[in-house]
Amino acid sequence: MDEIVKGIFYVAVFPGLLFCGSVGLLLCWVDRKVTARIQSRIGPPWYQCFIDIVKLMGKTMIIPRGSRRAGFLLAPLVGLAGMTLVSTIVWRVNIRPGASFIGDSIVVLYLLILPSLALILGGSSSKSPFGALGTSREMKMMLAYELPFIIAISTVIIKTETILLGEIVGFQSLHGVLIGHPSGGIAFIVCLVCMQAKLGYIPFDIPEAETEIIGGVLAEYSGVSLAIFKITNAMMLFILPLFLMTLFLGKIHFNVKGILVALVEFLVILLLILLVKTTHPRLRIDQAVKFFWWIVTPAAVAGMILALVGI
Amino acid sequence: MFKDLFQRCFKKSIWVYHTNTGACNGCDIEVINVLTPYYDVERFGVKLVGSPRYADALLVSGPVTRQIVPALKNLYDSVPDPKLVIAIGSCAAGGGIWYDAYNVIGGVDKVLPVDFYIPGCPPRPEAIIHGVAVALGLIEKKVAPITLKDEGFEKWMKS
Repeated sequence: MDEIVKGIFYVAVFPGLLFCGSVGLLLCWVDRKVTARIQSRIGPPWYQCFIDIVKLMGKTMIIPRGSRRAGFLLAPLVGLAGMTLVSTIVWRVNIRPGASFIGDSIVVLYLLILPSLALILGGSSSKSPFGALGTSREMKMMLAYELPFIIAISTVIIKTETILLGEIVGFQSLHGVLIGHPSGGIAFIVCLVCMQAKLGYIPFDIPEAETEIIGGVLAEYSGVSLAIFKITNAMMLFILPLFLMTLFLGKIHFNVKGILVALVEFLVILLLILLVKTTHPRLRIDQAVKFFWWIVTPAAVAGMILALVGI
Repeated sequence: MFKDLFQRCFKKSIWVYHTNTGACNGCDIEVINVLTPYYDVERFGVKLVGSPRYADALLVSGPVTRQIVPALKNLYDSVPDPKLVIAIGSCAAGGGIWYDAYNVIGGVDKVLPVDFYIPGCPPRPEAIIHGVAVALGLIEKKVAPITLKDEGFEKWMKS
């Protein structure tokens, strides 16, 4: 009984939904503010994203005529569930490396695909031409970026010879952070590029392309379901950089200095993503796939070979 | 309690969808101008969205032509409640110089329930921001609405 209550607390409140969602929404504001400052605007106040979510919650939800009801309504929940579990697993590993279970890095890999799958499910069941277009593009993007992402994470697994996140973290406190090794450095850069695509940020926001296919997969969503998608995206903005930090930059030490270092690392990664986002135009889908298959994947394979050699 | 919170949040996060019902593009350019960095309406939480499903407010510009009526009604239905309709420009407010043209129905209020009118030909960006600010209760209204009729005008001339 005690275990169950603890589990629910972990998933729903502390490292899970509530905590991660609130911090994610705050980071959403950071995103909008940085974009605004780069475009020499003032930007919205810090509580803007929370207000947007409350407003979306209060609006009616329209289910388009002729859409697949179950798939349409289930899709946002699938994505949210995936991100909540990832956040719980990653935070638990950071707080207590002993809490990791066998194969949790693989589980995280699987769960990180869930938001994209949710988009595909929602877009294809919405019976909108924009949804269909967005879905096909999302599928192509997944084919493009999942391969280098998985190769980059296998590089980490080969280097550390373990699939437990806790032991990957432990390896780094013994042998130095993975980003310091050549193979780890390459894998980190590959992961950064893939993260940009996973977050659906420019130049890889092809499936959502607001100015082109009016939101693509999300074109038919309104009200609560749209809010859930927004929260999922906000959580991704928080958890993906954190996951990369866990893999490549080692454990967060919970003292003043450690937390400050972690904060700086996090903000640097976030700023990198946002700078690329604000200063680049959107790629075409064929350009993006070409970029991932002919540039990023070979780089990831090179990193893996380096790791196999033992550098 | 949630309703109260929602009402307060709604005013600070208006996502607008912009539609043209037969305007000469003058008002459209001014609306786009409002969204540029110079005026930066994101300060007030106003955001331009691409899909009517996300929208809280419809910005309608132009006199309503006969062809656009079914599409406009369809658009209004596809916006989730609660929603605002803001008529921008003289044409949208009452037909403008096209008020008696054979192919024009009239202002937007002939088809949709309009909440706010922003007159002008075209209204300046400042006027649009001012109008939206009045609509959201950020500043106080300075003029009262008056109705003028043809016969009323004549009576006023005699006396």
